[in-house]
Amino acid sequence: MWFENTVKNMNNTKHSAAYTPHDASSREESTMQRVNVGLARRYRRERLFRYCGLGAIIASIGFLLLLFISITANGWTAFIQTEILLDIKFSAEHFDVDNLSAANYGALVKSSMRQLFPDVKNRREKRKLYKLVSSGAVYRLQKMVMKDTGIIGTTQAVWLPADDEVDMFAKGRVDRDLAENNRRLNDKQIHWIDTLSATGRLKKKFNTTFFTAGDSREPELAGIRGATAGSLFTLAVTLFLSFPIGVATAVYLEEFAPKNKWTDLVEVNINNLAAVPSIVFGLLGLAFFLNILGMPRSAPLVGGLVLTLMTLPTIIIASRASLKSVPPSIKEAALGVGASKMQAITHHILPLALPGMMTGTIIGMAQALGETAPLLMIGMVAFIVDVPGSVTDPATVLPVQIYLWADSPERAFVERTSAAIMVLLAFLISMNAIAVFLRRKFERRW
Amino acid sequence: MLKKTIALSAVASFALLWTATSQAAGGRDYIAIVGSSTVYPFATTVAEQFGKTTKFKTPKIESTGSGGGMKLFCAGSGIETPDITNASRRIKHSEYEKCQKNGVKEITEIKIGYDGIVIANAKTAERLKLTKKDLYLALAKDVPSPDGSEKLVANPYTTWKDVNPALPDTKIEVLGPPPTSGTRDAFVELAMEGGCKTIDWIKAIKKKDKKQFKAICHTVREDGAYIEAGENDNLIVQKLAANPKALGIFGFSFLDQNGDKIQGSLVNGEEPTFENIAAGKYPVSRPLFFYVKKSHVGVIPGMVEYLNEFTSDKAWGEEGYLADKGLIPMPAEERSRFAADAKALKPLVLTKE
Repeated sequence: MWFENTVKNMNNTKHSAAYTPHDASSREESTMQRVNVGLARRYRRERLFRYCGLGAIIASIGFLLLLFISITANGWTAFIQTEILLDIKFSAEHFDVDNLSAANYGALVKSSMRQLFPDVKNRREKRKLYKLVSSGAVYRLQKMVMKDTGIIGTTQAVWLPADDEVDMFAKGRVDRDLAENNRRLNDKQIHWIDTLSATGRLKKKFNTTFFTAGDSREPELAGIRGATAGSLFTLAVTLFLSFPIGVATAVYLEEFAPKNKWTDLVEVNINNLAAVPSIVFGLLGLAFFLNILGMPRSAPLVGGLVLTLMTLPTIIIASRASLKSVPPSIKEAALGVGASKMQAITHHILPLALPGMMTGTIIGMAQALGETAPLLMIGMVAFIVDVPGSVTDPATVLPVQIYLWADSPERAFVERTSAAIMVLLAFLISMNAIAVFLRRKFERRW
Repeated sequence: MLKKTIALSAVASFALLWTATSQAAGGRDYIAIVGSSTVYPFATTVAEQFGKTTKFKTPKIESTGSGGGMKLFCAGSGIETPDITNASRRIKHSEYEKCQKNGVKEITEIKIGYDGIVIANAKTAERLKLTKKDLYLALAKDVPSPDGSEKLVANPYTTWKDVNPALPDTKIEVLGPPPTSGTRDAFVELAMEGGCKTIDWIKAIKKKDKKQFKAICHTVREDGAYIEAGENDNLIVQKLAANPKALGIFGFSFLDQNGDKIQGSLVNGEEPTFENIAAGKYPVSRPLFFYVKKSHVGVIPGMVEYLNEFTSDKAWGEEGYLADKGLIPMPAEERSRFAADAKALKPLVLTKE
């Protein structure tokens, strides 16, 4: 019987291995021995290999942490802003009822500052004193009066933004022990700041301006709302164009296109386009959309068009991959029970492929959100104060805002730059989280 | 659902395109400004003030560099071209001709003030006392042979002491702007050419062969002693603070803002201070300009008012808000002359040099 033989053989092997381990003439034995000799080294190598992988992960997490920590350490202070409490006397003589915006709000601020420090007489010193309050204070007062004319004739205690130098000083970013001529604030000004803070007139508050204002040359008045709105408009245009075009392309190439030279050519080109540096798309946008079609410069519409060109390959490739992953049996079953090709695609294949397509689209959008190079060419690297209200208004985007602030001489823009980076990262992380969520929730495995 | 999405987005994209074209045809209700990154901080300050204190929209300002700005400005007189371009140097003759050729006939030139170019190092290091000649010898690609003969050799100097025995024995390491920058143009022209001219036999070449003279004086060394640090001046400031041996070249406003970290070197015995630059004593300073397209005044709302704001004493005066930002104001007489030019929109006539 063949199996008896086998069993016997196995027994033999066992026996020889168990009882005569030093018998070198046995073939099985020598193999085991050789394995045993090398085993420790193999385990060591295995461990080393594993540690290499682990080390790589730790290193990358370390770099990421370093990035986050340095940005957060630099930027968190931008979310608070030093403000000064002033008793503003809205005396009626300053106001012309028909033209409230023309009133001299600066004078109101100045007179209340003079009241706080009555011993400042000299003109030069007065100028230094007035500089403690931000030049944006007047706009805040103007808004107050416009909103409620009833305050004219009364005295109100108003918190007004401090100048960026004062803000930096209050946040401890300027060393008070430096020699006077090395500081932007002189000894008198520091003395005034100390007096204000001792009397409770100097406080750090949450910086709402940072989220509600557009760009400004005064750090204490600068905000990211304009750039965020610009980013949203640009991404909306990108999404509206690239998603339908990308999906339609993928469906046609995957389901309808005949396999010939031409479709091969198209395929190669799509893959190539995915690797083209983004600045090239910017140049194309400048040459075609601006110079030939005559579209407005600096508009989110053009930015969106350019970014569409950039994200299309990503979306097409992701969409095709997710169409491919739908098992052919589903389409065949649909066709088998009499569905037309279009019905099979729209009723069965697309719904199953959609989560994968959306993931690809969101990742493409996240890429587009962080892009600056192509926008440089079409004039979106610009100083724009007004928050854009439509896709044709001049606008800038978040990464460009970061770039512009990083290049500003004022010290207070350093922390604002980091804060804007934090906001951009938050957007990117949440977009990626949505992509992961969609994949988890809707993806089906076969 | 999908069909609806596709149909919707198709409609939306058509709507977008339609609004875009109608917008382009309907004109622009804000001022478009392009140009120098050196003038950018000043122009944006004025634009913001203008936007907040008048009924007009805030102008849009692109930082394209002086040359890039001129190119856009001179592209034509249509409404899609910028109304104003900022420049950290005067318009070149070639650019002026291009403007004329493209139908931009009447341009008004407004000088806004001065900018000092500082050569700075970290506060922790010794403050240098340089001359223009030191700068030329330390940074030019080819310099006169140190043995005194009248021929050029590849720059042999590696330390400041080699250049001038009075200077410290540290390696020559200068961080500065790239060739596309107006600051670099101005530095080369004012400091290096200035130093170059102090050598008599090179000065003699200028009369014979202008091109060769320029090549000698304007070419910066490429052996690593001059490091192109990009257009970001903040980056240079940070690098200087970290490396006390290095020097950096940038605009005065960055020295003004970072006085606790860096100090400006003396050039020809003059310290780069606000007063010295304003008085014209500090030798490496240059005028800043902007150019206005006259045909757009009256077409684009707010042009006259913007010019008024910029040329008011409140802005560019000795105690104006631009001085706070680091602009060195012009003397009163010069200011009133350019303010009058702005009011009259006096066309610039540039004849061949």
